[in-house]
Amino acid sequence: MIEIKNLFKSFEGRTVLKDISSVFEKGKTNLIIGQSGSGKTVLLKSIVGLFEIEGGEILFDGRNNRNMNFKEQKLLRQEIGMVFQNGALFDSLTVEENVRFPMDMFTTMSMKEKKTRLDFCLERVNIRQSNHLYPSEISGGMRKRVAIARAIALNPKYLFCDEPNSGLDPVTSILIDALIKEITAEFDITTIINTHDMNSVMEIGDNILFISEGLKCWEGNSSQIFNTRNKKLNAFVFASPFSKKFRELKQMEDDE
Amino acid sequence: MNVFYHIGQYFLLLVRVFKKPEKNSIYIRQLVLEIEKLGINSIGIVAVISVFMGGIITLQLTYNMVNPLMPTYIIGLGNRDTLILEFSSTVLSLMLAGKVGSNIASELGSMRITEQIDSMEIMGVNSASYLILPKIIAVVFISPFLFIISVFCGLVGGLITGPLSGVVTIATYVTGITTLFVPFYVSFSIIKTLAFGFLIASVPAYMGYFVQGGALEVGRASTRAVVNTSILILFFDLVLTQLLFK
Ligand SMILES: Nc1ncnc2c1ncn2[C@@H]1O[C@H](COP(=O)(O)OP(=O)(O)OP(=O)(O)O)[C@@H](O)[C@H]1O
Ligand SMILES: [Mg+2]
Repeated sequence: MIEIKNLFKSFEGRTVLKDISSVFEKGKTNLIIGQSGSGKTVLLKSIVGLFEIEGGEILFDGRNNRNMNFKEQKLLRQEIGMVFQNGALFDSLTVEENVRFPMDMFTTMSMKEKKTRLDFCLERVNIRQSNHLYPSEISGGMRKRVAIARAIALNPKYLFCDEPNSGLDPVTSILIDALIKEITAEFDITTIINTHDMNSVMEIGDNILFISEGLKCWEGNSSQIFNTRNKKLNAFVFASPFSKKFRELKQMEDDE
Repeated sequence: MNVFYHIGQYFLLLVRVFKKPEKNSIYIRQLVLEIEKLGINSIGIVAVISVFMGGIITLQLTYNMVNPLMPTYIIGLGNRDTLILEFSSTVLSLMLAGKVGSNIASELGSMRITEQIDSMEIMGVNSASYLILPKIIAVVFISPFLFIISVFCGLVGGLITGPLSGVVTIATYVTGITTLFVPFYVSFSIIKTLAFGFLIASVPAYMGYFVQGGALEVGRASTRAVVNTSILILFFDLVLTQLLFK
């Protein structure tokens, strides 16, 4: 479980996160949604500790990462898996070496055990026959999937995904969502996902935090999100013609 | 103000670089890769430049220094000492600052802007140490070898152009390069190349590691790295010469 309390973050006097509090539960897929530029990435990076926050607290199962010494922080980080918005694969390493990197670095697994784990992770994200290609030689969607494989390589306790399915086709996108939901439940991971994909919201939104201009605007789950009266949220959720149609149909259903 | 800020940041980075590595085996693998990339791959250009410079220094000495009152072996001797004292140590380091330094700064800079460094940090890896330490050790380790290769090639360059000019014979040239040899010059220069090697790796690493922005800034950082490293090399050349020759 990750708890954030009254988080503040600004860049050169411009406040990007204003007083955000929430609880992200274990074994559930927690989504952060919001418009482009609303502060989702900044929130995620603040939680993992890539950005210094100006105010507030972040508790990883009760452990405050700001009170930790260097060593404790390092250990905490080994429990974290993160998928960056653009993958952030290591350019100089092949697909296989990328996924193996955390294992090489932190485990004493034998070559064979690593290979088994590697195949398992790549299998899970549907990457085949690309083990020896470099990140520049695979497609954007593949890069994202390799990044997911790398993030789950060490069975993380906390998984952070910054728009894991942006740039993926609908089919792969659903596969990735299903994968994340599955491993989250299976290994009891605390998962936080940034997204503005409404499919993901419907499919895997166990707990949804909607932020707008750095403020927490709404919180709930995927069944509540379509019945909310929150104006900003409605404008966000029902922006596309597709979802407008969906709302009309739903209203007709409700009227009957 | 700004200068002190950078000096402070630079030393703080070095503290992180020299922390105990996570896993020695991986560092050794990285070190071998860096020695190949930064060192072995520089041998060719070092050799070519040194042959030409040795040849040019020899010609200059031949046409400007030699007169009937001076023994002609002074040509070989002059070439040797110029190579050892300044060319193969300082000038070569300036050149490596351009080649190796810009390579290091742009590599780290692009890793920074594409969040590869962040993703390493998130895994719990000490990215500064993992990325920079092998580079520093590799460059410092390879520098004396490059120095020796350069002196050797420079002498060969002189051996080619000297006799061709018709003023000095091969035998006199060889006498020149073996006369009045001062071993201290060599140790002095090797100390210099070690210090310069450290600068060539660490200053561009600092510039690249802290890049903010996009591809444009990476380019700028790489240029700045070369300029600053070169100035520092010359400054330390001055300091070391003053210290070691007193
Ligand atoms: N390193 C930084 N320095 C200064 N400002 C920043 C920095 N990172 C983000 N910002 C600002 O913070 C705001 C929120 O950005 P953020 O990247 O969190 O948006 P986002 O919600 O992730 O958008 P998207 O959906 O497009 O990824 C933006 O206005 C951006 O300009
Ligand atoms: Mg973002």
